[in-house]
Amino acid sequence: MSEITITPLGAGQDVGRSCILVTIGGKNLMLDCGMHMGFNDDRRFPDFTFITREGRLTEHLDCVIISHFHLDHCGALPYMSEMVGYDGPIYMTHPTKAICPILLEDFRKITVDKKGETNFFTSEMIKTCMKKVKAVNLHEVIQVDDELEIKAYYAGHVLGAAMFHIRVGQQSLVYTGDYNMTPDRHLGAAWIDKCRPDLLITESTYATTIRESKRCRERDFLKKVHDCVENGGKVLIPVFALGRAQELCILLETYWERMNLNIPIYFSLGLTEKANHYYKLFISWTSQKIKQTFVQRNMFEFKHIKPFDRSYIENPGPMVVFATPGMLHAGLSLQVFKKWAPSEQNMVIMPGYCVAGTVGHKVLNGAKKIEIENKQFVEVKLKVEYMSFSAHADAKGIMQLISWCEPKNVLLVHGEAAKMDFLKTKIQQEFGIECFKPANGETVTIETQHNIPVDISLNLLKREASLKGLDVPDPKKARILQGALVMRGNLQLVDPDEALRDLGIKEHNLRFTSTLCIDEAGPAQKLTEKIYMLCKNHMTDQQTQIGSDGSISVSDVMVTTSGEDDDPKSVLVTWSHQDEELGSMLMNILRSELPIVTD
Amino acid sequence: MSALHYPVHWLQRRDLLYRPNIADWQVGIAISNTSILCLPFITQYTGFRGEISCTDPTLQIGKLYMRELVTYIERVPRTKSCSRWKKADILKNLPLPLREAVNPTSWRKCYTLQDIDACMSRVQVMGFNEKKSVFGSLTVTCCSSGYSLGSCNWIIHSEYEKICYISATSTLTTHPKPIDQAPLRNSNVVILSSLTQTPLTNPDSMIGEFCVNAAVTIKNGGNVLVPCYPSGVTYDLFECLSGHLDSCGLSTVPLYFISPISDSTLAYSNIFAEWLSTSKQSKVYLPEPPFPHAELLSLGRLKQFTNIHDVQNDFKCPCVVFTGHPSLRIGDVIHFIELWGKSSANTIIFTEPDFPYLDALGPFQPLQMRVCYCPIDTSLSFSQANKLLKDIRPQHLVVPESYLTPPTSVTQRPDLVINADLSPMSYKQGDVITLPVKRKFECIEIDPKLAATLEPIEVKPGSAITMVNATLVVRDNKYVLQPLNPEDKLAKPFKPRTYIYGTINCKTFVDLLAKQGISDVKLEETEEKAIIELPNDDILIQVENGSTHIMCGGDESVRVKIRDALLQCLQKL
Repeated sequence: MSEITITPLGAGQDVGRSCILVTIGGKNLMLDCGMHMGFNDDRRFPDFTFITREGRLTEHLDCVIISHFHLDHCGALPYMSEMVGYDGPIYMTHPTKAICPILLEDFRKITVDKKGETNFFTSEMIKTCMKKVKAVNLHEVIQVDDELEIKAYYAGHVLGAAMFHIRVGQQSLVYTGDYNMTPDRHLGAAWIDKCRPDLLITESTYATTIRESKRCRERDFLKKVHDCVENGGKVLIPVFALGRAQELCILLETYWERMNLNIPIYFSLGLTEKANHYYKLFISWTSQKIKQTFVQRNMFEFKHIKPFDRSYIENPGPMVVFATPGMLHAGLSLQVFKKWAPSEQNMVIMPGYCVAGTVGHKVLNGAKKIEIENKQFVEVKLKVEYMSFSAHADAKGIMQLISWCEPKNVLLVHGEAAKMDFLKTKIQQEFGIECFKPANGETVTIETQHNIPVDISLNLLKREASLKGLDVPDPKKARILQGALVMRGNLQLVDPDEALRDLGIKEHNLRFTSTLCIDEAGPAQKLTEKIYMLCKNHMTDQQTQIGSDGSISVSDVMVTTSGEDDDPKSVLVTWSHQDEELGSMLMNILRSELPIVTD
Repeated sequence: MSALHYPVHWLQRRDLLYRPNIADWQVGIAISNTSILCLPFITQYTGFRGEISCTDPTLQIGKLYMRELVTYIERVPRTKSCSRWKKADILKNLPLPLREAVNPTSWRKCYTLQDIDACMSRVQVMGFNEKKSVFGSLTVTCCSSGYSLGSCNWIIHSEYEKICYISATSTLTTHPKPIDQAPLRNSNVVILSSLTQTPLTNPDSMIGEFCVNAAVTIKNGGNVLVPCYPSGVTYDLFECLSGHLDSCGLSTVPLYFISPISDSTLAYSNIFAEWLSTSKQSKVYLPEPPFPHAELLSLGRLKQFTNIHDVQNDFKCPCVVFTGHPSLRIGDVIHFIELWGKSSANTIIFTEPDFPYLDALGPFQPLQMRVCYCPIDTSLSFSQANKLLKDIRPQHLVVPESYLTPPTSVTQRPDLVINADLSPMSYKQGDVITLPVKRKFECIEIDPKLAATLEPIEVKPGSAITMVNATLVVRDNKYVLQPLNPEDKLAKPFKPRTYIYGTINCKTFVDLLAKQGISDVKLEETEEKAIIELPNDDILIQVENGSTHIMCGGDESVRVKIRDALLQCLQKL
């Protein structure tokens, strides 16, 4: 019996700072290495001292896997690899490898340059860290070392998001990262095959929600934006540079074109523009529809959406602005929010999840007066709308994924504890499998049981098939295999005689001959016939025959009768040790049915 | 040769169609952009029902190649088709090369656009190093061959055997992801094909020559015509030529790329980052397009047109035109030969090695146009192939017959062969060969419940053995041994057999008999034989080396006692 142990350093009954340690088949892996948006102190990063109190992590970890580029999944990576110390391989997909350093650099700038923090990772560290990254392609089986292999599946959530199947020998697990089971305007849906892992580690952001159709949400969103600008209001949509921003841009772009609107739409310069380039170059990671039409028209070349300039904040008249970051915790979106919040005409649409502690979270909770750094207060009069556009699987989607890959155990991360409980019960009821939800720092051990692989000689296997007279194996009929399992360094299942010969063992040939004296007159042949009938009647399942020399064979047991006509006859029963059961049974029959002469 | 013969020519080059029972094939594999060209013939016209796998770039670009071919052919529809010449008695009187055509009655008309879509919808996409299970008994993977976008070598392996098919492969550094050699190592059989068609020229120097010839022509006020395919080496030509023209101060010379699918192939070249060389890939991370032709396109130095009629408006000479088809029998290239053929200032440069250029030009003679032949074939040369084989060391090697002797044109070059050290097996068109792979073992799994009941006995130091009687479950060609069901134990064919072995120590045996209460024993021992007599019970036991015979009367209880005593002297499995 072997086991898999899992310890979340982050994302255990929480959203943010995803970092899960896994030991499988003697290999140690770190799944994601994220930061927490809600904290500005030590709690921002996972507590790596859990792995080792001192020294570098390299010798304690076989590899690190990053599921996608969101900072709560990769934000602590340079800290971990450069400041704590890790030189082993880091795996992520090509788009993640491309976009991740940009977001890290952006994060660093906000933290160090704007907030003036010291003791933070530098640009140089991000670069050295990214040099340790190995890019993976979807479905490519990567051999991390001789035993550990990983394979990425499409996860939908954002550009380049992947789920990872990790296998050591027969033990395997799937880590989903964040995923989305419904295709949206720019990305496809997550997919996995029936890989039957021992464990599925799944996110559970929307563990209790079953969301109405995407179409409704989109219509709702467009209507709200349209109503607001028609009344001369300004709409602020705080987004993260990559992901929802592109989906909403496509949505607004097509709506504007259809409705023939000319109210300006802006997106913040720099990041978002650059982001669109990534989408253009990584088209193969987007949705089917975009892939099919990109030659004629690249969906990420927008006609109506123009770059934003800071001075436009003061512009009169209606407009729609996409600004980063998405949780209103810093940067341009916060700046725009400060200016626009006091007007009732305006509107802010929060298209995604906001971590507790951020301005976005407070706004969503209906705070009317919000402190924005250094005792600066802002009155919130504008309309606040929450639209769940963040691409996470809902309860239905999570259940669907479980039924696709058929895991033997499920472990929930990246969600709130109370919601996890609900989903946990549901999973246990519906699938009858174990479900875990460890908190940060809590270790779960999962026992796994597997068949033992053995080499079988083809001769033996083919003989078993032919014995049954089956050309085509019939899966409904059980076949019985008799072989010798030889352990000589490896395990081999071979024909028993062959195995004994190979090992130089000679079988001992043990034979029995029992003589019965029967008091019966008449020719010996008559007695033979009588015994023949006895055998036939009592042992219907054996092959019974009379040979030309007058001997009876019951399967491999021989019976010979001899004696003169008038004398008692002697009956010789001969069998070998292999037929002991049959031989002794035959003896008992003869002894009870025939008149035996005793001395 | 008329245009219609063109695809058939392809069929003859590819060995795919020559298996008689193609409808029974269960798996088919497509290799690279050009070798996928005859796929619609198989899927749409043979009853083939198997699966087809290829990489994503092969699927997308292969589809574009097919569409180009069909568009070109459909532009010149034929109302008449003549087939009587194919009769053997007429055929033998026709001039070469028709006279030597192989089985012309099997030549087909080209497929249609509908065929392409129907065919491609059946193809399953695979990534490099993705393991694809075929009926549970085989695993198929593909690994980069470095020849073109998504081109790959195929590895078919079972638990214990491995067969590699090495197709169009390149060890040169161009735009595709470099060749991945590691998966090809330790194989039982390697099938090697698609070596260079121009063993006498070096692709690097040819590309240099191509650039120089083009630049010289332009300097002298002439135009350059390059018959080419719409992808592959053409991307490298754009890159090298634009660079060379820059260095010659000819940056203003326009490059025209004309093909019904020019827009698609250029667009697709930008989005296959995963399938590109590291240097091209790293550009995408910036994010910039991987190929310089994207910038040339946005600067207007490279102009793409899907139709020759669109070119007229802003056609500036002197210029370089890249267009198809390299056979010179179909496509826009014909118009340009007609247009420029009469002036010796112009140059036509052949870079594709697939067609003999002099034959291709035949119908256009007499031509004043300068003709250059700079074939660029990046596939393995003989020395590269021998070097690769030395590295991957297959147990057996299978190659086309023609690789074992130098090409007919250069018999004085004994180095242009596959190294005979590996004693390769050879095949020729139409052969069916049996690969020397002998399977001995298969993988089977033992259920842990069954395993727990097994008690191996160490019979020799380091060797243990145990007998297994179990239910064999076969599902998806995977074998699993499970504990016997109780009812199976009673079923007829089941006869658990015990194996006994060892030598009998007669003294011990007699002592054991005594313990059973049989003490009246007479023992007679000689070198090779012992006879034990129990006069009371009228029993005789003969013990020889390797066998024992117990002869007794009808009293079972005594016999059982003797049996048990004897078995205690032996080991049992």
